[in-house]
Order: sequence, then structure tokens, then C-alpha cells
Amino acid sequence: MPPKIPTTKDLKQLGGRVKGSQAWNSIFRPGSIFRKGYTDSPRNRSYVIMNSVLYHLHPVKVRRHGVRVSYTLCLGGLSFFLFILLTITGIFLMFFYRPTAVQAWDDIYIMQTEVAFGLLVRNIHRWGAHLMVLTVFLHMARVFYHGAYKPPREFNWVVGVILLTLTLLLSFTGYLLPWDQLALWAVTVGTNMMGFTPVFGDQVRFVLLSGPEIGTDTLLRWYVLHVLMLPFVLIIFLAVHFWRVRKDGGISGPL
Amino acid sequence: MVEVPEYLLKRAKEARERLERESSGQEPAASAAPAASSQQPPTPAVVSPAPGTPAGAASGSGKIPPHLLDRSRSAADRQAMPPAAAPPPAPPAAPPPAGITPTGPGGHTQRLLTVVKSGSIQDVKAKPSDKVHVWPHLLLVEFVAALLVTAFLLVFSIFVNAPLLELANVNETPNPSKAPWYFLGLQELLTMFHPMVAGVTIPGIALFLLILTPYIDRNKENAPEKRKFAVSLMTIHLMFWAVLVIIGSFFRGPGFNFIFPWQAGLFFDF
Repeated sequence: MPPKIPTTKDLKQLGGRVKGSQAWNSIFRPGSIFRKGYTDSPRNRSYVIMNSVLYHLHPVKVRRHGVRVSYTLCLGGLSFFLFILLTITGIFLMFFYRPTAVQAWDDIYIMQTEVAFGLLVRNIHRWGAHLMVLTVFLHMARVFYHGAYKPPREFNWVVGVILLTLTLLLSFTGYLLPWDQLALWAVTVGTNMMGFTPVFGDQVRFVLLSGPEIGTDTLLRWYVLHVLMLPFVLIIFLAVHFWRVRKDGGISGPL
Repeated sequence: MVEVPEYLLKRAKEARERLERESSGQEPAASAAPAASSQQPPTPAVVSPAPGTPAGAASGSGKIPPHLLDRSRSAADRQAMPPAAAPPPAPPAAPPPAGITPTGPGGHTQRLLTVVKSGSIQDVKAKPSDKVHVWPHLLLVEFVAALLVTAFLLVFSIFVNAPLLELANVNETPNPSKAPWYFLGLQELLTMFHPMVAGVTIPGIALFLLILTPYIDRNKENAPEKRKFAVSLMTIHLMFWAVLVIIGSFFRGPGFNFIFPWQAGLFFDF
């Protein structure tokens, strides 16, 4: 007997049964467009935000000037998006990388030559990181020129400066990880500068390098900073940053 | 002075007449009161059943009328006194019997305690604001922007490889040795100042001032033409770093000496 080919009616029935199931309804909140479909109406436009995790990030409505690309240039949002992109590509890189002086460089070389998409993902991670430094910096400039740091947004500006610093630190700690000549000497120059901190310069340098000179211990320290600690701190400040944007009445302006 | 709506006056008058018809001359206090009712503002917000009170109408000022304050004070006194004490003089006797008899000034069974002016508790005036839905207006923009950046990064990464120089070697210092590009401004300062000034003091002060910006700048204006000083200062500051970074990146060759990249070539890795 030949197998019965499901008809459109069967499929519709199946779809209806899935959508009526407890599992489906437990995943999607009442009012979700995945429960009752989407037809364009003001109510449904609100539901898209209210019944999804996006509600953490966006209110249902924003003032009209805030959606103009020429106002924000999307710089803050793009910085956040790049952070997500860097997290995803970074996790991929972590699968093939061991932070020791003996293995690090070889791991990256092998990843570039033998791992599928290894080279591409590393390239995206590298250029994305540089781009993020740039967008965060430009975001700060944009915010300044719009006077958006003025009351009631003073504190969010402070959080933003902290985020800028964290971004630079994330980029700098990542710089060492390939363990090539570029990484080693760029970090040497950078940390030598920090060694000139008054009073406890040597201690600062020792803590940063995990020893008197750059070596395999430094690599491990900066690796942990780069993949765990700094992103963790950054996410916390990001959460505060986004929350304050909304609490302070949305983005500033119009001019 | 608040205007009493016509229909309220009319209703009060009707009630008064009906009351006079039903019980002629039983309550002298009630006939004295109506004069005050012409003062009643249109929004009686707090209303309570009236157990026979004198002159229950409030003045339209929006504050608690003095006679109500007096009464609440005397009520508090009464509670403080032992129950055996003589009844205080302020509230007249005769609470309404089981069958509700209208005792209010206009013959109603409720009376006005106080008037809460609109706007004193809640702001009822909705300020008009021009808002748009985040979906689709904002999310679409964000999505397209994210897509464009992803596409750009993807294409760029296909054609340009991230640098991977030879294995790190502590004994072989490349010439020049350069920090990451965003620190090249600081490295450039190193050629001019003592390392403690260039590497710690100047960036430290810059960062500190950046954090304090909103507390230093007391100008309330947002428009650039009304804050020329702040805008100029920031522009100079940003340009200062940009120029230093560009010089450090492209115009510094072996020995970190000044070069022209079109003559000596590039000494810069990203």
C-alpha cells in the first residue's frame, strides 16, 4: 500500500492542533502574533512589542524624531548589535583556541587553514571589534553634539563613558590573544604605559601581566578577562544603560 | 469663582421645593443652607452620607473649610474623652432614624465634604506628543541597519584577512612597535612628554573630565547654536585625538620617527 500523501487539509488540521496545544500556548503569551496571527492594526503593533522579549529593550511607542536615522545614525543600536555579533563569533573561536604561549598561535593558524569558515569567522571578529570601537566612539560624539547628557540623562552619560572604557579594554585584551609579533609588542607598549602609573605603577603592571614580563600567564589572564569578566561587566552596564534610556524619557531631543 | 451648572441648580431647587412641600417647617437649618449651595463647584469628589450636619456646603476654594476642621477636631476630642462625658456641643443630635429622612441642605441624603480640584492630585491634561509605534517604524530601521552592517562585515572579511604575523618572540622587537590604533594617540604623546604624563595623567584627566561633563556643563540648551562653547571644546578635543591617532598610525615609521606614508610606506597593522 503506498503511503498516504498528506493533503493541504491534513496540514491545516495539524497546524491547528499544534497551535491549540498547551505547549504552544505556554511558549507564546496571550496576544502574541504567533497565537492569533498578525493583521496590521494599532493594537497588534503594540502586541508585537508587549508580548515578546523585545519589551525589555523597547517601549511600545517612541517619539517620532527618535526613529529618524539622521538623528541617531543607529550608532548605539549598532554598537549593541556588534557586541552580539562579536559574542557569537567569539564563542566559535573559543572552540579552537587554547590560551597558552605554546598553543595559541598554532591554534589560530590551524583554525584559519583547516577549520571550515575559521578564517572568515576570525576576520569578522577582528574587523567587527575595530568597528565596534568606532561606533561606540561615534555614538558618544553623537550624544554629546545633541546635548543628550544633560538632565535628566547625566548618569546615563557616565554609564556610557564606562561602557566606552570597557569596549576599549575588551578590544585591547583581545589584541594579545593571537600571540603573534603584532599582539605581543602592541601589548608590551600598552602595558609599559600603564606601568608609569604614579606610586604603584609596578604593581599595576604586575597584576596586568600576571608576572614581571609578558608570558603564558599573561595570555591566560587576558583570555579570561576577554571572554568572561569584561563581557560580564559590560552586560551589566549595558542593562543599566538601556534601562536608563527608557526611564529618562527615551532618547533626547528633538533639537 | 466656579460657575455652577444650570442643571445642578435646577435639581437642587426642585429638591428644596419637594422637601418644603413634604415637611413644611420641620427643619429650619435646612432652609438656611441652600444659599451656600450656589457656591458648590461642579466636581464634588468626596461625598459622605450626612447624619444631620449644619451648613454642609463647602466653599469653592479647594481647601478644607474651617468648620469641617473644627468638627473633626471636636470629634477627636470626643474620642479622647471618656464616653460618660457630656456630648460635645458641636454636632447636633438626632442622627437619621432607620427610615432615611433627607436632612441635607437641599434635602439630599449626602453632603459635600471637600472639593478636590482637578489637577491637584492627578494631571488630567494629557500633553500631546507625536509618537509612533516601535513596530514597525523603529524595529524595521534597526533590522535594516543590522543587516547592512552584517553584510558589510561579511564582504569585508571575505576580501581582507585579519593579520596574523609570525609567532611572538620576546627577543625580537619589531621596529616600530605600535600599540593598537586607539592607543596610538597616547603613544604619540609619549614622544612629547614623560611617560607618566602621556600614558597616565593626560588620559586619566581626559577620562575624568569626560565623566564629569554633564555636571560641569550647566547650560540647559540642546541646540548646537546655543552651546557654541561646549561644541567647540568637544570638537577640538575629538580632533586632537583623531589627529594624534592618524599621525601615530600612518606617519610614524622605524624608530617611531616621523615619515610620510607615500614615501616610506605603511608601518601599520590593524
